[in-house]
Amino acid sequence: MSQGTAIQDRKPSAGGVNATFLWIEIKRMLRNRRTIMFTVLMPAIFFFIFGLSNKNQQLPNGHSYGQYILISLTVYAAMTAATGAGSQVAVERAQGWSRQLRLTPLLPGAYIAVKAAAALTLSLVAVIAQFVIGALAGVTMDAQTWLTAGLVAWVGSLVFAALGLFVGYLMPSQNVMQILGPALAILAMLGGLFMPIEIMGDTFGAIAKFTPAYGIGQLARSPITGEFDALWIVNVLVWLAIFVGGAAMAFRRDTNRV
Amino acid sequence: MTTPGVPAVRAAGLHKNFGKVQAVRGLDLTVEQGEVVAFLGPNGAGKTTTIDMILGLSAPDAGEVSIFGHAPRGAIARGQVAAVMQTGGLLRDISVRETVQLTAAMFDSARPVDEVLTRAGILDIADRRVEKCSGGQQQRLRFAMALVSDPGLLILDEPTTGMDVAGRRDFWSAIRDDASRGRTVIFATHYLEEADAYADRIVLVRQGKVVADGTAAQIKNLASGRTVRASLPADDRVLLAGLPAADQVEFDGGRVTVRSADSDSVVRFLLTNTGAHDLEVVANNLEEAFVALTADEAGPATAPTAMEGDRI
Repeated sequence: MSQGTAIQDRKPSAGGVNATFLWIEIKRMLRNRRTIMFTVLMPAIFFFIFGLSNKNQQLPNGHSYGQYILISLTVYAAMTAATGAGSQVAVERAQGWSRQLRLTPLLPGAYIAVKAAAALTLSLVAVIAQFVIGALAGVTMDAQTWLTAGLVAWVGSLVFAALGLFVGYLMPSQNVMQILGPALAILAMLGGLFMPIEIMGDTFGAIAKFTPAYGIGQLARSPITGEFDALWIVNVLVWLAIFVGGAAMAFRRDTNRV
Repeated sequence: MTTPGVPAVRAAGLHKNFGKVQAVRGLDLTVEQGEVVAFLGPNGAGKTTTIDMILGLSAPDAGEVSIFGHAPRGAIARGQVAAVMQTGGLLRDISVRETVQLTAAMFDSARPVDEVLTRAGILDIADRRVEKCSGGQQQRLRFAMALVSDPGLLILDEPTTGMDVAGRRDFWSAIRDDASRGRTVIFATHYLEEADAYADRIVLVRQGKVVADGTAAQIKNLASGRTVRASLPADDRVLLAGLPAADQVEFDGGRVTVRSADSDSVVRFLLTNTGAHDLEVVANNLEEAFVALTADEAGPATAPTAMEGDRI
């Protein structure tokens, strides 16, 4: 090790995103059995329960219920994956890792960016896994539909990565997913991911339109329903803004306190 | 660009309150490059709070800190300071090697991972998951992480808490090897023997202030006098103006406490010139001074306030 490091002044590091950091983050997530259970196994089981038996039923517009439920559960898988990945900051805070990182040049923005990128990686895994399961179970769609639905589910999961970060910075819990898991299931149900909104009744149908999973679900199913409403995009953007704003606020509160 | 002569740490007038608790109240500390300094004090003396402020982990309510002439955040961005914290700061689900790789990835220039693992004595457990490491191994890992940026200043906050005797000895021998290469080291401890054995200089803190500062030998000299306590009629207090050889005089109720290097003269004076009675004479040593320091919550009568403000 070099001598006299003390008197050698240095240039400050940029503290930006780097590949090693991102790669280790992704490895950590894929090694976590619980994460894989939430993101791959549970949505797959839901598909077999809700989807397979009704696979060949028809929606009013002639599309198959199998397609409808596969895309919906793919959105659910992606949102669970992204939320779970984002909420890992709670664990890292509890383990003092966030504090340790403050002793390195890493900028908070770069940390958040890596977390978001890792969350998107995991949600991509979730989308692909769900589509493979659906295809193996006999759901067929044209290439355009697979691609569009997959992209919407994947990119839309960013909203939930922000939710995960928000809750992760808000709660000290090591088991933040035990709270978020059921909460996400309720949001998915209200957003029409487990059953079509049309059969939910007027009250719940009206509430559904204001919940965070609704817009992404409607947009992802758009290729098979043939419908489009700009309000769905508004729903996605508003919830993104709420969760990002909440995460930023909780993050600031957290770093001030430490 | 080199900056010879700039202190490794300069802290001036640091204050930090947590609600009504004054954790640090007016702490000044300058550490020159190459010094190995023990920051010695009982639990709750404000050591960790001070270290957090030096590292920029918390902002002082008042006062200023610079590290090699930079604000804490600037020094961290330059890799000039690293710290070994008491607990936490590790991800349990990655290996020892991955932890060091990850830390190295944060810096523009970092020492090779294997070199750092070797220096910290954990190359043989490089592939072990952090959660499977013993407390001592985790502490060596924190040390390895601190070496990654080859910092000019290393700060250790009670680094051997929870280690057994052998682990503690090994850990310190690694630190001492490291310091012998010219690194500035500041370590907080409440173990007197650690301060005595490994530091060039001891900074004694109590209730958020520096109460003594010097080499271990100087601190021992400071504490080598005796403390005389006596009951004294209030009217006789004025007579103590003529007290010989007193370093410090304190009153608490009807009792007076006098610290002196020449306790015989003090006792003679008290018995001859005043109405003092019920005299006690107690010898001090570093251990006793420190024990008294740590027992300071027990009551004002036992507090070694005599050391207050002494700068050797």
